[in-house]
Order: sequence, then C-alpha cells, then structure tokens
Amino acid sequence: MENHYYNAGDLSKFGNIAEYQKDLADKFFTYYGEVFKDSHLSAKEKSLIALAVAHAVQCPYCIDAYSSDAFEKGYSEAQMMEAVHVASAIKGGAVLVHGVQMMNKVKEIGM
Amino acid sequence: MIKSLKVLQHPLADSENQLEVLGNSLLNQQPTFKQKLEQNGVHPLRASGIDVLQLNLGKMCNQTCKHCHVDAGPDRKEIMDRSTMQWCLDVLQKTDINIVDLTGGAPELNPDFRWFVEQIRNLGKQVMVRCNLTIILANKRFHDLPDFFKKHQVEVVSSLPGFTQDRTDRQRGEGVFENSIKALQMLNQVGYGQIGSGLILNLVYNPAGAFLPPSQTALEKEYKIELSSRYGIVFNQLFAITNMPISRYLDYLLSSGNYNRYMDKLISAFNPASVQNLMCRNTLSVGWDGFLYDCDFNQMLDLKVAERRVQHISEFNLDILKNRATVVNQHCFGCTAGEGSSCGGSLLN
Repeated sequence: MENHYYNAGDLSKFGNIAEYQKDLADKFFTYYGEVFKDSHLSAKEKSLIALAVAHAVQCPYCIDAYSSDAFEKGYSEAQMMEAVHVASAIKGGAVLVHGVQMMNKVKEIGM
Repeated sequence: MIKSLKVLQHPLADSENQLEVLGNSLLNQQPTFKQKLEQNGVHPLRASGIDVLQLNLGKMCNQTCKHCHVDAGPDRKEIMDRSTMQWCLDVLQKTDINIVDLTGGAPELNPDFRWFVEQIRNLGKQVMVRCNLTIILANKRFHDLPDFFKKHQVEVVSSLPGFTQDRTDRQRGEGVFENSIKALQMLNQVGYGQIGSGLILNLVYNPAGAFLPPSQTALEKEYKIELSSRYGIVFNQLFAITNMPISRYLDYLLSSGNYNRYMDKLISAFNPASVQNLMCRNTLSVGWDGFLYDCDFNQMLDLKVAERRVQHISEFNLDILKNRATVVNQHCFGCTAGEGSSCGGSLLN
C-alpha cells in the first residue's frame, strides 16, 4: 500500500477492478459507456454535468478525468468554473436548507 | 513578433534533436511505432499509390502559431522557386496524380503562387490550398484571393481551432480570430461553402493544448451551429487533426511538462483501424527545395523517402515511389491515435 490514499496513476487502473469481479465490472463499464454517449443530451453536455458532479462528490479521479474531458470537448475555463459553482450552490444550498429543519426543532422546543 | 525556433537558434530547430527527444521516449519503455505495426501485421507500411502531391511552397508565414510543425513565420525565408515548381508540373503532366495540396507557411506568400495555381489548373488537376485565412486581410494585394480561388475552382482548407476568440488567439496569435472570421465571410460572399456553389471551404480544428481532438462528427455539428448563429458563416466539412509532437508543438509539450503524458496518450490510443487510411499511403510530400517525403511531418523531421534513387522531384519515378515502404518514427503515433488523423481530418469517417 502507498502511504497516502489517492494516487493519480490509479485513474488509469480503473479497469483493473474487473480482476476481482469481472461480471459486475463489465456491466458497470458497459453502462458507463452508454451513459456518456450522445443521446438526448450530447456527450459534451454530459461531460460538463460530470465535471460538476465530480466536484460535488469530491472525487479527485473524476475531477482529473472530467476537467480534461470538458476542456478537450471545447468548454472554456469560465464555463467550467460556472459548472463548479453550480455544484457549490447545490451543496451549499443543501446545507442551508437544513437550517429550516433546525429552525423547526428550535421552535418546537423553545418557549 | 514571435520568432521561429530557427531564428532563435533553439535546439529543437534541428530535426536531429527532435528525433533524439522522440527516441528518448523509448527509455520510458514505450513501444516503438514500428513494433505496433509489426504487432498488427502491417510492417513495413507501404504506399498504395500516389493520389495527392502535397507541396510546401515555403516556410514564410504572416502568423507564428504556437503549435506549428513547420516552424513557419515571417522570419522564415525558404521559398519554392519556379524551377522546382516546373519539375512538379512535369510530374503532374506525366502522371494520373489528380490532387495537388498546396501548403506552407502561407503558400500565398510565394511570389509564384498564382502562376503555379494557373499552371496546375491548366493541366486539369484539382488544387487544394491550405489558407490560414488572415493572409487574405494581411495586405491589400491579397484581398482578391477569394475571387482568385473562385476563378480557379480552388478548394480552400483553413485552420480555425475554435469558434471563440479565446481558443483561436491562444494558439494562433492575438487578433487572428477576428481576422479569420472576416476572411471566412469574404469567402462565403463569393460562394465558398454555399450549397450548390461547388466551391469547397473546409475548416481544420486542432487542439489548443496537450490533448487529442474530440469526435470530428460532433465537433463539425457544433461548429456549423455556432459559426452560423454567431457570424452567419457556412462551410463544408470540419477536419479534426491531432497535433504532432514535432517542432514548435514539441517545444510546447516539453516546456509545459506535458510531453510524456501526451506521448502516453497517443500510444495508448493507437488504433489499428486507422493504419490502412494513413495519408502517407496515398500522398507524396514535396519540400520547398524539391526533396521528397512520405508526409509533411516527415518533411519537417528531414526524413526523406527511403528510396535513395528518387529523393528529389527532379528524379521522380512513379513505378518506384507508388509502392514504396514509408519511413516511420515515434511521431507517427499522432496519426494513429483515436479516430486517426491526416491533413483531411479523421481517418475513420
């Protein structure tokens, strides 16, 4: 084991997960490939969604992959940063909207 | 003004140094292009004929693009002379080679450019010009190029690495996008790219960075929508071309720390399906000084055709050249990555 949890080189080894469970890995990668094809949304649009989600789930591998992919597909730096802000707004909003739950509880128990 | 590597006396201006860098990648245990061909049963790679004569009319250019594999620029003086052009015309007259692809530098800067186009057309051959667009606006004497191209039914192939100013200027220089758009509008005005005109205007995309081009089909669709809606521009086809790890682009890769990653990317994306359509199989490249190469990239690396008997256009022999074994090196991975790449774009479309 490395002495840290994340290795940039591990991204290219993603496919190796099939060594321990081939059937499920094959199903996953087939599904993954299908998801990112041009369909009702273009592959380019999906790339930007993936970039935002990658930041929301804070996956360094996904951020690496989709920063490259989105830029290569033609998005500008400003567009990509706006996508990250969308992720940030949703995550921030998700925290804040729970403030209503906090308020409900305080109102319930307070005099 | 940005200077060429040659004028800067940069080590990478020497093709031997470039080949040494490409060879050093073998130290990283990367396979050779030759090995890849052998693994796929296609070594030696042979020409299947000569359909296209691609001529470099000179290295002089009004632009100094960061990725230029020719190391072209305003400070380059190499120009094809009329006697070399005459040898090319003799070859065209004697053979069935039907397509002439004129490149540079900016080929229009060659003082004999118009004469040469007229002579080729008089032979009934198709002419394709790799026009950088901005040359049309560079000087009053070039403003009539769209009409000249139209008169001689020249196919125009022009680089536009993005439909936004940012990407284009980053690669090709400040102000290039704005002038490119104006030039495209001038070409459209005389009929280029318009349905039914028969005047072909194709655009070239190449990545402004250390990555491979995206899908040519998807990109063409997007270019057509964006250029039409933003600027009212129409064109025929978009060619997505991979940047070759040579000359100024090699310098960029090395100085930005992207070289190893880019080579890994090219090699891991090797696509055997692209090999049969490689442009070296149906094209012969002629340098400004008349020497012969399997492609424009080999020309810049000074890798002449392997047939020592016919290394100059004055020695042209179709029987010897049409089935020649082509010279390959590590840069060839640029033509076989992903969808494959050629001067006509993806090899799989």
